[in-house]
Amino acid sequence: MSFINYSSREINCKIVYYGPGLCGKTTNLQYIFTKTNPTARGKMISLATETERTLFFDFLPLSLGEIRGFKTRFHLYTVPGQVFYDASRKLILKGVDGVVFVADSQIERMEANIESIENLRDNLKEHGYDLDNIPYVVQYNKRDLPNAAPLDELKQLLNTTNVPDFEACATTGQGVFDTLKAVAKLVLQELKKGK
Amino acid sequence: MAGPQLVMYEEEFHQISAVLERLLKESNGKVIFLVDKNGQLIANCGETQNIDSTSLASLTAGNIAATGGLAKLLGEKEFSILFHEGERDNLHISIVGQRVILVVIFDERSSLGLVRLRVKKASDELGRIFESLVKKAEAESAGVLGAESPFAEISDEDIDSLFSE
Repeated sequence: MSFINYSSREINCKIVYYGPGLCGKTTNLQYIFTKTNPTARGKMISLATETERTLFFDFLPLSLGEIRGFKTRFHLYTVPGQVFYDASRKLILKGVDGVVFVADSQIERMEANIESIENLRDNLKEHGYDLDNIPYVVQYNKRDLPNAAPLDELKQLLNTTNVPDFEACATTGQGVFDTLKAVAKLVLQELKKGK
Repeated sequence: MAGPQLVMYEEEFHQISAVLERLLKESNGKVIFLVDKNGQLIANCGETQNIDSTSLASLTAGNIAATGGLAKLLGEKEFSILFHEGERDNLHISIVGQRVILVVIFDERSSLGLVRLRVKKASDELGRIFESLVKKAEAESAGVLGAESPFAEISDEDIDSLFSE
C-alpha cells in the first residue's frame, strides 16, 4: 500500500526482504547502505540482539529520484528470519508493496527455504495479500559457497511461479542491486496499473 | 490488494497541518509527528530539525504494531495510547481513527495531563479529516471525480531512467 502525497509530491513504497534465518537479508540491506550515495539514503536502523540476529526489523529508507515530478522513496525492511519470531514477521508485512525472498543456496538449508516461503504466503494471506498477485522476486544468495545447490534445483523448488530471480552473494554485493531494481520496477509498474 | 491506498491531497494536508500547529501551541509540546500505520511520515511540526523523522516514523509504526500484537494476545482491540518517559523528553503516542499515529514529544514545559487533554481534542478533528480523505480517495479511484492519476502515464522509460546510474 504505497503512500502518495500530492502535497509534497512524493510516492512512498515499502519493500520487505523475507527469508529463513541467516540467509542474508540484513547483509543485503547493509550492502545497499554502504554503496548508496549518502544524499539518497537515510540512516539504517537495525533492531538486533547482542549477537546481531535481527530481533524485530532492519530499516533503510532510499530515495530513487523523480518520476513525473514525484520523488520516489522506497522503505526497505527485513524481517527476523528465525522461526519463533513469527508474530513480529507478520507485523512487518503490513502495508507491503513488494517482497524479495532471499533464499539460502546451501543444500542443507533447502527445507528452511521452503518452510519460509510457505510462511510468507500464509502471513501475506492474513493481511489479505496473495503472493501470486504482488510484486515479488527471488534471490538465491550465497552462490559462492561450495555447498550451494545447483541453480536448476533451486528454481524448481523455490520459484514455482516463475517470478524474476537472481543469483547473489550479498557479502560481495553481487546480484544485490539487480534484485532491488527488479522489485522496485515491479512496484512502480503496479502503481501505474493501480488506477 | 488489501486496504485502500493512502493518498494525501493539498487541501487536507493544510487542514492537518493547521490542527497539528494548534495542538503544538496548546499542548506546549516540542515536536509533533503524524505517521501512517505502515511507517510513512504524513506531516510534522515544531522543532523537527534535529530529529531523523523518517527513522522516527518507522520505529513508531513498529512500536504501535508490536503493542497492537500484545493487545490482541490479551483480547484487547488495541492499546490506543503509549507513553514513554525520559529524563528530558517524553513521548506521547496515540492512535487516531484506527489508522494514523499521532506522536507528541514534550519536555518539562508541559505535562502528561495537558498533552492527553489536547491530544484528545485534536484526535477528533484529525479523525474527521482522514475520514473525508479516505472517501475522496475512494471516489477518485472509482473515477467519480474524473481526475487523472499522474501514474497511469508512467512509461517503462521513466522507470528505467531511475536506475540509469
